[in-house]
Amino acid sequence: MNANTKTENQALSRTVLELDVNNHAGVMSHVVGLFSRRAYNVEGILVMPVGNGETSRIWLMVNEEARLEQMVKQVEKLEDVLAVRRHGATHEVFERMEEYFR
Amino acid sequence: MSSNKTETLSGAQIVVRLLERQGVRTLSGIPGGAILPIYDALSQSTLIHHVLARHEQGAGFFAQGMARATGLPAVCMASSGPGATNLVTAIADAKLDSIPLVAITGQVPKSMIGTDAFQEVDTYGLTIPITKHNFLVGSAEELLDVIPHAFRLAASGRPGPVLVDIPKDVQNQRIEVSEWPEPGVAVPVPVADTGRIASAAAMINEAERPILYLGGGVVHSGASALAVALAEKASLPSVMTLMALGAMPVDHPLSLGMLGMHGARCTNLALDECDLLIAVGARFDDRATGKVAAFCPQAKIIHIDIDPSELDKVKTAHVGIMGDVRNVLEQLTPQVKAIIRAPWLTRVAELKTNHPLRMPGIDDPRTPYGLIRAVADCLDDEATIATDVGQHQMWVAQAYPLRRPRQWLTSGGLGTMGFGLPAAIGAALAEPERTVVCFTGDGSILMNVQEFATAAEEDANVKVVLMNNASLGLVFQQQTLFYGERIFASKYKGMPDFIKVAEGFGWQALDLDQASDPLAALGKALHSRGPVLIHVSIDMREQVLPMVAPGAANKDMIGG
Ligand SMILES: Cc1ncc(C[n+]2csc(CCOP(=O)(O)OP(=O)(O)O)c2C)c(N)n1
Repeated sequence: MNANTKTENQALSRTVLELDVNNHAGVMSHVVGLFSRRAYNVEGILVMPVGNGETSRIWLMVNEEARLEQMVKQVEKLEDVLAVRRHGATHEVFERMEEYFR
Repeated sequence: MSSNKTETLSGAQIVVRLLERQGVRTLSGIPGGAILPIYDALSQSTLIHHVLARHEQGAGFFAQGMARATGLPAVCMASSGPGATNLVTAIADAKLDSIPLVAITGQVPKSMIGTDAFQEVDTYGLTIPITKHNFLVGSAEELLDVIPHAFRLAASGRPGPVLVDIPKDVQNQRIEVSEWPEPGVAVPVPVADTGRIASAAAMINEAERPILYLGGGVVHSGASALAVALAEKASLPSVMTLMALGAMPVDHPLSLGMLGMHGARCTNLALDECDLLIAVGARFDDRATGKVAAFCPQAKIIHIDIDPSELDKVKTAHVGIMGDVRNVLEQLTPQVKAIIRAPWLTRVAELKTNHPLRMPGIDDPRTPYGLIRAVADCLDDEATIATDVGQHQMWVAQAYPLRRPRQWLTSGGLGTMGFGLPAAIGAALAEPERTVVCFTGDGSILMNVQEFATAAEEDANVKVVLMNNASLGLVFQQQTLFYGERIFASKYKGMPDFIKVAEGFGWQALDLDQASDPLAALGKALHSRGPVLIHVSIDMREQVLPMVAPGAANKDMIGG
């Protein structure tokens, strides 16, 4: 454990989820509510509208846990979630944001 | 979209028209400031009968009773603030039991949202976790999309409650409407994977000690006859969850009745021995499985469910099949070999003989089991049976000969005291030709007792059988068994005169305690038309047995 760098630790334990969603006021609540009710912390979150603004993209960074499979299925069930894609923890979207969190 | 002449209509009129077009003929609610425009429009409807509830939770459960009895989405309404919060329990209950419900709430005008306006509450935020989906409507145009969408969502896939929150200014906004959307109906789910169905068939054919485990999904998808056919073809002893009771007649030779916390010993013991568990529209609820690690320890698992998030949620399936159970069973059964599993059926018969459900007092109508049996003897399978929550619910689940899907209305997932009376009234409103019996306790009945008034007003054909043990019986039982007999807050010191209460509301009432010929009196009461209360005293110390302690393995049953 000690030998791992910070990024390597994250690579072992984190997942990045990319969600395409309808863009309206309640969508974020629907998504994060699924996590909060299960006491499943969302480590990172980014949202921006896409194209003409009818849809948005939400990027979530979450810990890799046994419950993740179930979490993803629950997210996919939301009516306003159009697609869910999974990426490794080193996805550059959060890495590029790091400079704003120093 | 179907065309029509152009009309200028308010949002409220649009809502009512869309409900009419949706086929809604009865709905229930309570008006208040923020929903008055809709009520005004509703007053002009010649198609919709509005049932005025006495509490919004009652309205929510009327709608649930209608939806559970018919399988179709039903509607309840409430005003903003306290009206909406009063609906919350009934909506949460519908979510956990997958009941199609459309709840419509009034909201303060858009410009006042977020200002702590009079009777403003964040209904949208409050209902996110307890609905399948919810809407805060921003304009009258949106209603043309949202209302059919709400019905479609409530009915599609795994059914559930949908809430539509409509600000008052949206209800009053007038727009031109020239085209009407088609009513929202269930969209078919994708056909299940044929490869997995073939694997499941092979597993069933190879199994030596299989058990079919039926859940509420079988009832929701209208697949009861198909499930029975599968069981018969492949000689599958079958267990049912609380929600599935009635899917297979309990007196069918292959039926082992209800599994789990209050299942018969033979049922839980058979599950302990099975080598294949075929879960159909069931979700491995903890009241059914007991300690999960010890549930069907030797079994491979086939899990069929319409909701992909149920697969592998609690128990990992060897074959998980996502699909409508009706569609899956239609494909599965032809691939299953017709066999008679003599050794396994003999073993199950042996378990049934040696460890049957014991029903002490079955011949005495003044005991729990005897009363339930006596009621059943007066009725046929056309009667609908509702319950509240507690010991009485479990006794009825164990002992009533349920034989018809949708015959049985009970709050399973949320276990809501107060469910029974309004759900029974709702069922009677939806199917007025049936007799609807509600078994209740002296605790539960008081939770929605105000709906006695609605039942009288509507002349609903409900018979409430009140099993009065002067206590919160199930709590009393748990304190007796698991808390060193420290009985606290579960015995009533005061007791209303329930006969007078019922009569005061305009009901007929029968006190079976006073009847010289209880069986005759019971028969007469059950066969008279309109709302009737039947009151019976039950010994406080009566217990529902067997019982699996919460968290224990199902094979470790107490009593029975
Ligand atoms: C709304 C609600 N509050 C509390 C409970 C917890 N609870 C479960 S059963 C029960 C006692 C029910 O008493 P009663 O209706 O008299 O039925 P009995 O068990 O005596 O047959 C209680 C308090 C519940 N299920 N629902």
